[in-house]
Amino acid sequence: MTAIRGVLGAVGVLVGLYGAWLLLSRTDTDQLLSAVVWLGGGVVLHDAVLAPVVVVVGVLAARVLPGVVRAPLAVVGVVVGSLTLLSLPVLLGREPANPTLLDRDYTTGWLLVVAVVVVAVACGTLVRERRRRGPGPGGR
Amino acid sequence: MSVVRVPATADFTSRLRGPAVASRVGIALGVSFAVCFVTGLFSHYAQLPDPVVPVPTAPSWGYRVTQGVHVLSGTAAVPLLLVKLWTVFPRLFLRPPRPSRELLVHLAERGSIAALVASSLFLLATGLVNITAFYPWDFSFRTTHYAVAWVAIGSLVVHVAVKLPVVREALSKDVDDDGPPAGGGLTRRGLVRATWGAAGVAVLATAGNSVGWLRSVSVLAVRSGDGPQGLPVTRTADAAGVAAAATSAAYALEVVAGDGSRSFTLEELRAMPQQTEVLPIACVEGWSESATWTGVRLRDLLDAAGVPWGTTVSVESLEERGAFRRSTLPASYADDDRTLVALGLAGEPLSIDHGFPARLIAPNRPGVKQTKWLGRISA
Repeated sequence: MTAIRGVLGAVGVLVGLYGAWLLLSRTDTDQLLSAVVWLGGGVVLHDAVLAPVVVVVGVLAARVLPGVVRAPLAVVGVVVGSLTLLSLPVLLGREPANPTLLDRDYTTGWLLVVAVVVVAVACGTLVRERRRRGPGPGGR
Repeated sequence: MSVVRVPATADFTSRLRGPAVASRVGIALGVSFAVCFVTGLFSHYAQLPDPVVPVPTAPSWGYRVTQGVHVLSGTAAVPLLLVKLWTVFPRLFLRPPRPSRELLVHLAERGSIAALVASSLFLLATGLVNITAFYPWDFSFRTTHYAVAWVAIGSLVVHVAVKLPVVREALSKDVDDDGPPAGGGLTRRGLVRATWGAAGVAVLATAGNSVGWLRSVSVLAVRSGDGPQGLPVTRTADAAGVAAAATSAAYALEVVAGDGSRSFTLEELRAMPQQTEVLPIACVEGWSESATWTGVRLRDLLDAAGVPWGTTVSVESLEERGAFRRSTLPASYADDDRTLVALGLAGEPLSIDHGFPARLIAPNRPGVKQTKWLGRISA
């Protein structure tokens, strides 16, 4: 396995360096600066803002919420949180000049998805709890 | 804890974080990145002005599928990446070892992770913003997204090489090998399943852009799929500044063959044999839609102007500016039976935003190269 890992590592380094060379050789200084802002900005926003916020929310939730609702709320958080982040461009999108673009009511759409996710997780949790407490249908 | 200090890896006590979840979600993330990379390379190649080996004209829906898959696998990667980063976040605070050979290895690995995380977040963020036709940056999206993709895939391969033993170890055990959590709360299996669920919801909520029957479900898709003549528009006539030239009574399509040239008025084009083809428009932004086009077969027009078979032709729009005002049509496309100079869409004359009076429509070709408001075709 060491040999495979060595080959993979070397190939990866070469491929990555090719990308860096593409980036440096095909963009002028202004463009490069903008690219560096976006490259670094993502890391800073994740590591210094999003991740700490999620840690704090997690700690608070663990202290405040009773055990039985923690798991379902965590599932809702994972689904709704990631969906919200990836929908920010359409949720915050400006009115475009092109009427066939961003032509849905995204706020209503988002609320609808959140409602469906909450109901689905709640139903799933109720079913599981009932199975856990009562004798399962295939239990005996 | 009265003083705020930088946390240490051991401060993070959640049993959900760690290799058991990271390995499983990481594999799915790796697969989605690999799919994005391959489909992205194809799209990049298909957009080259004059590739050495032309992209085949069949199947006509090829680019529609690859580019739809590209955007959807990138969308699905967002929850995967967020959960993956969450599971390994404590490792950000690992203290480096003392100066030694180990320190070098540690720094090299840190460097590869930094490149991987920065390039991954860059690709997903710029991709998701780009598909809304918003470009809040100074770089060329295509050049930079392409270059950073190579960085991402390279550092991903390095990461796989480094973590292979950890992944094998993690996968050899059950994900919840230490039993359910004592005080209730989510199990690791629950987190993994929630992640798959999040990726599924993300795909369903946006896939209607390229999968027609999901349109009503995809409430967060960039486009509803509606538009003039039932087809969305990427670049409007107003944005292209062609409305006056396109609706002018003096309009004529010029076909240049070597030294000579021949002009066709709209009446003359309409008097030629008309052909109807069902072909998709497939945009680099991931949306696509099949449509029924009617017009003159391009080959008939080239025959009438004396352009021999096997000739690569250049197609120009009435637009005066714009990166996509001209496109090159390899001979295999120019001679294909299904390639039309379309005059009609869905049984009506083309609407101005779809390229009135005449546009190019060819099988398996990125939308930006399906030149609208045709002004001149030259051999």
